[in-house]
Amino acid sequence: MKVRIGLLFGLLAGDPQADKAVPPTGFTARLTVFTSAAMAFLAVFALALSLATDRLATRWAAELARTSTLRISAPPDQIDAQTRAAIRLLETTPGIIAARALSADEQRALLEPWFGPDLPVETLPIPQLIEIVEDEAGYDPLGLRARLQAEVPGAVLDDHTRWRQPLVAAAGRLRFLGLVAIALIGLSTAAMITLAAQAALAANAQVIRVLRLVGARDIYIARAFVRRFTLRAMIGAAIGMAAGMLAVAFLPQADMAGGFLTGLGFQGAGWLWPLTIPPLAAVVAFVATRAAALRTLREQS
Amino acid sequence: MIELRNVAYSYGGGELFSEISLSLGPGTFHFLTGPSGSGKTTLLKLCYGDLRATAGDVAIFGEDTRRMSRDSVALARRRIGVVHQDCQFLDHLPLSENVVLPLTVAGRAAEAEGNLMDLLRWVGLGAQAEQLPPELSGGERQRAALARAVIMDPDVIIADEPTGNIDWEMSQRLLTLLVELNRMGKAVLVATHDLNLIRAAKSQVQARILRLSNRRLQAAGADL
Repeated sequence: MKVRIGLLFGLLAGDPQADKAVPPTGFTARLTVFTSAAMAFLAVFALALSLATDRLATRWAAELARTSTLRISAPPDQIDAQTRAAIRLLETTPGIIAARALSADEQRALLEPWFGPDLPVETLPIPQLIEIVEDEAGYDPLGLRARLQAEVPGAVLDDHTRWRQPLVAAAGRLRFLGLVAIALIGLSTAAMITLAAQAALAANAQVIRVLRLVGARDIYIARAFVRRFTLRAMIGAAIGMAAGMLAVAFLPQADMAGGFLTGLGFQGAGWLWPLTIPPLAAVVAFVATRAAALRTLREQS
Repeated sequence: MIELRNVAYSYGGGELFSEISLSLGPGTFHFLTGPSGSGKTTLLKLCYGDLRATAGDVAIFGEDTRRMSRDSVALARRRIGVVHQDCQFLDHLPLSENVVLPLTVAGRAAEAEGNLMDLLRWVGLGAQAEQLPPELSGGERQRAALARAVIMDPDVIIADEPTGNIDWEMSQRLLTLLVELNRMGKAVLVATHDLNLIRAAKSQVQARILRLSNRRLQAAGADL
């Protein structure tokens, strides 16, 4: 790996004499730069998706793991008494930091997306919700359920486990898909650059014949092509990365529109991740072109 | 330096030639003649490792070509100057850079400083140094190919129909250059069907004349 990196830097520094041996080829040059730019642009979005889902999974897991809800379903004349009894019980349960009955306004806000803002929750027979905040260690849900059954018969404990796990799993899968997308983008870039390099080698068959005639080794001939494609891929990727980062930076903010997609983007040091795309594109181009060039030269001999 | 022993070459199921033996030692001068399609160019390619014999032994500077890697062939080729009939050049580079190309690929381009113009003047191309190959005449390209072939100070010069596209006067000049190189101790092998050139050479150099026909290589010259 160390040798490859040294070779890569040596290539980028270049050998002007060797470079001149291969004539500039406009079409493959433009194709490589464009492909590389497009792939880097897509890679920025895949990276943003992967990082955003990672944050989301972490947040959901952390937030949902520390909160539970107790629902009191009882006849209207008993609901206050059962709520008070439940809160007393919860406050004496190890692992629970706080227990608080949601106000009518808070319950209305929870129902608002389905019933609109003017719902008269005070007159409706809806259950009373109690928010439970746990400490790091958490409480024993089985023990708490047993005590609630005995002392507050109308209480139903929801520790969020049922729906927390699929959400976290879904976020994890999205993150994995983001990484798969990045890998596919890398492979597609390698394939496109290989094709462009093969086209350039075929178009320069006469140049290769002349170089061989005067004693050029395969590695010398390959190097002239490899350096050219590596630089083109890096320049294209830098353009695509800059465009992708600008596009991500100008996505609507979460507080403006809300929803998951508006959280897509980079935060803090996460903005440094896209900067790895151009050097990675250069490495992909280096490996792909070198393999294609040496294979083609071997086949031509 | 280059030895062929009982060499045969076949392709497409047919034998082009066989039982060919040839030795190119220091200071030797060989003409290779024969009808078109007899395999002269193929025989030359065997001599500089561009093709591998299908039977027999070919040794270039003591190395059996069957055991030579592509890199070894490339390194051996730096000691063999090749002049092709169609004078292959890099058309986007000026003549001076084309002539220096063997030194460039060997990483010795700096050695050309000073010597390059002398070499170009020796082949009569001092004024054309910055011209592109497509701008040169056939004779100029042939002399440029010769300059490129000798810039590495090779031990062997192999020329394939070097006078094929040029007039008689230019052929004479090229022959004179080849004879000069031979007098410097270089082995020269020239494939040609230009019998007048061979006759002209007889007065200038002790040349061995070989004829490739009917799949065999024979000594010739008595009839020339």
